[in-house]
Amino acid sequence: METKQHTLTKEEVKIQYNKFIGRKILLIFFLLASIILVSGISASLGSANLSIWETYSSILNRLFPAYFEPGWLADVCIWNLRLPRISMGIVAGFGLGVAGCVMQALLKNPLASPYTLGISSGAGFGASLAILTGAGIIGGDYLVIGNAFIFALLCSFIILGLSNRKGATPETMILAGIAMMYLFAAMTTILQYFGEAEAVKEAVFWTVGDLDRASWPRVTIITGALVCCFPLLMFKSLDLNLMAAGDETAASLGVNVKRTRIILMAVTTLLVACIVCFTGTIGFIGLVAPHLTRIVIGGDNRFVLPVSGLFGTLLLISADLVARRVLAPIILPVGAITVFMGAPLFLYMIMKRKREYW
Amino acid sequence: MKLKVNNIEFAYNSIPVLENISMELNSAEVLGIVGPNGTGKSTLIRCIDRILNPERGSILLDDHNISKMTRMEIARKLGYVPQSIAGVFPASVIDTVLMGRRPYLGWKSSKEDLDYVLEVLELLGMMDFAMRDINEISGGQQQKVLIARALAQKADILLLDEPTSNLDIRHQLEVMEIMKGIVKNKGISAIMALHDLNLASRYADRMIMMKEGKIFAAGNPASVLTVENIKQVYGVQALVKNDVERPYIVPIGPVTG
Repeated sequence: METKQHTLTKEEVKIQYNKFIGRKILLIFFLLASIILVSGISASLGSANLSIWETYSSILNRLFPAYFEPGWLADVCIWNLRLPRISMGIVAGFGLGVAGCVMQALLKNPLASPYTLGISSGAGFGASLAILTGAGIIGGDYLVIGNAFIFALLCSFIILGLSNRKGATPETMILAGIAMMYLFAAMTTILQYFGEAEAVKEAVFWTVGDLDRASWPRVTIITGALVCCFPLLMFKSLDLNLMAAGDETAASLGVNVKRTRIILMAVTTLLVACIVCFTGTIGFIGLVAPHLTRIVIGGDNRFVLPVSGLFGTLLLISADLVARRVLAPIILPVGAITVFMGAPLFLYMIMKRKREYW
Repeated sequence: MKLKVNNIEFAYNSIPVLENISMELNSAEVLGIVGPNGTGKSTLIRCIDRILNPERGSILLDDHNISKMTRMEIARKLGYVPQSIAGVFPASVIDTVLMGRRPYLGWKSSKEDLDYVLEVLELLGMMDFAMRDINEISGGQQQKVLIARALAQKADILLLDEPTSNLDIRHQLEVMEIMKGIVKNKGISAIMALHDLNLASRYADRMIMMKEGKIFAAGNPASVLTVENIKQVYGVQALVKNDVERPYIVPIGPVTG
């Protein structure tokens, strides 16, 4: 192997490298186009069937008025009923995909997901507490949501605080996360044990995760969280590469490893908590999207981060499309459908891939 | 003098690992650190790069105390070469070496960064591997990638933690020759923790022999690698042949009793 006839020149390698980057950018555009397409199809399907053309013209009409003339029915159907749900899927899927990628890189663990720090069990407990006992920190419409949000953060910040005292190593974080997950799950179980049957059912369904509770204000809140968190995470994506290569390597290249890990964890946690409190724990996307991304474009987090987000979006809105239509008018919980669609795809990719590392 | 270590001490969970270590490093020299497993060679290297913070003592880099320097300032002067690749996720060789530019760049790597990385890869004869994934190349090539990254860092001093421990003899020699060439041609200095006494003898300008967290002997290879020192530090009876240019050690067996 050492004695090759032709050694690549710098120019040749440079061209290859730029092509490699070009392919990644191409993939981003391809995913964006797919998302627009699936959103359009999804928005056109429902109890009142609309054509794709009606759908897009109704969407574009609000953005660029005076060019299109959609019907009144299409406008109401799409803007009041379907688009909030689809938009929620877009932002939630993106956030979960990005968060999963950040967690896996920070914890150097291919099994990490947005919920590794116990967000799901914290949120589940908070929601159960509100549904079963009516006790909550914020009252009114936001009782369940507020509780889910606050307990999700509480659970994660306890884990961050504890592991911070122990040097913030990935191992401490993961183990503390598991302990807290069991603790909150046990508390939820006790609550449910004493709960009324109907309320327990509601609490259980809350945790499955779906997009039924979508509305424009909620989409706006998640979008706001994304707008705050995503640029920061992108800005730190190179440091994520370094930390994924090892704490010592990262430190020797100028990264303050402990501080960066804690801050990025906190930011990611905030983002995920914002999503989870509105959607429940939609699982799997945050675990799978980063892996699918790495299988396709390699491990450079400057690209894995956005692409993983777009994969998350595509997966979630496709799953939602299926969840709404397959047994219509019954709407299946999208959290479960995501797994039905994602698991076979993931298994296929795992079996197909040649390499033995993640 | 490039680097001066003054009486540093370090403990893991209050068990002392390094005690009273003092040493100096001149420009363009290779300093070999040898000693049995667990004597604190790696700890010493990590303290010098401030990956670990010594509890006492000071480390001066070009007469600046490193405890007063920022991580970035240190990263522009000291390049750390770990024992092996620790990542679990895919990364291309070229991206791995580009990481070495981190102390200089912002989010995006510039054209100059890429050019410099390619230059380094060419220097180490790694061009054909540039687009490969680091997990797919041999241990010897991986070690070269890690050295390339430290060179991309434009560090004055390279710190290598047992660079040859996972390599076959050809790659061991290749890596050591590369280091020798770098030290000679670029005026860079290197501190290397090494297990192989003969490699250390052959390539180090000066050596430190450590025992239980302390420096047991220091000086040129001929003065450090003596029958008596090897017996005291390693508990090994050895023959030391001094009829070649550098001392050559033939281990005979563990000292019993």
